[in-house]
Amino acid sequence: MATIQSIANENEPHPDVALVERVKTGDISAYDELVRKYDRQIFRIAQHITQNREDAEDVMQDAFLKAYEKLDQFQGNSKFYTWLVRIAVNESLMRLRKRRTGRMVSIDEDIETDEGSVPRDLADWAPDPEQNYTQAELAEILRKTIQGLPPGFRVVFVLRDVDGLSTEETAESLGLSVPAVKSRLLRARLQLRERLARYFKRKKVPREKGVKSDVH
Amino acid sequence: MTCTEFLAMLDDMIDNTVSREMRADLQEHLKGCEHCEVTLNTTRKTIEIYRSHEIYEMPPTLRDRLHKAIMERCKKGC
Repeated sequence: MATIQSIANENEPHPDVALVERVKTGDISAYDELVRKYDRQIFRIAQHITQNREDAEDVMQDAFLKAYEKLDQFQGNSKFYTWLVRIAVNESLMRLRKRRTGRMVSIDEDIETDEGSVPRDLADWAPDPEQNYTQAELAEILRKTIQGLPPGFRVVFVLRDVDGLSTEETAESLGLSVPAVKSRLLRARLQLRERLARYFKRKKVPREKGVKSDVH
Repeated sequence: MTCTEFLAMLDDMIDNTVSREMRADLQEHLKGCEHCEVTLNTTRKTIEIYRSHEIYEMPPTLRDRLHKAIMERCKKGC
């Protein structure tokens, strides 16, 4: 990946590079720092893919242990975090496979859908629509909504929009091409928007006529 | 510009990766198309809501437990 290499050369070394080097020389406290830095994100990604709390806990542990074991293989061509995410995604998919008793599970699954590719719900949303719900209600709405997306869309949206990885980093983490990431991201964003519209769109104001007839 | 053409550029518009000329064309379309304006604004809002609300919070006790388990195994050489 010539582009990633050239970007890495142009910029200052990422702070993780020094931490990784310290771990390689046997300084385990540097690994402690890396775990603390990224555990929340890895847990979140694992939850989004497996949709199961116990699996996410296992994935988080296994991903960090595997990264530690394989650290010698980490060349530094990509960011440590991107490399770690790739391990976590693979571990998550393995868990899913186990739970679905060996059925093939990949991030290519269930993407043959046209849902959301054309916006249908064109009603505007209420201003600050999330304020119509309690924190717990909102979290439930957001969870339920994203869980309805195919895994291959869900994970692209989470890495790109929630985690803030670039399109290239997302592609690298998932072993996908850049155009594949772009096309999934658009579909994921539009599908989520469509599904959230049910909860967030502006309530219809009763028509003048209706109000009058109520009075009479 | 048609709505389909606008939609094809929606992500680039949101991610701010369009040229100045393209942005002007997109904004011109938005002036006359309420549907695309709603789609753009509500898609932006969708992203913002997911970004600002953590839906899979890791409670501190769980975080400590997992962290301890990882580090103990690393110290033993996994």
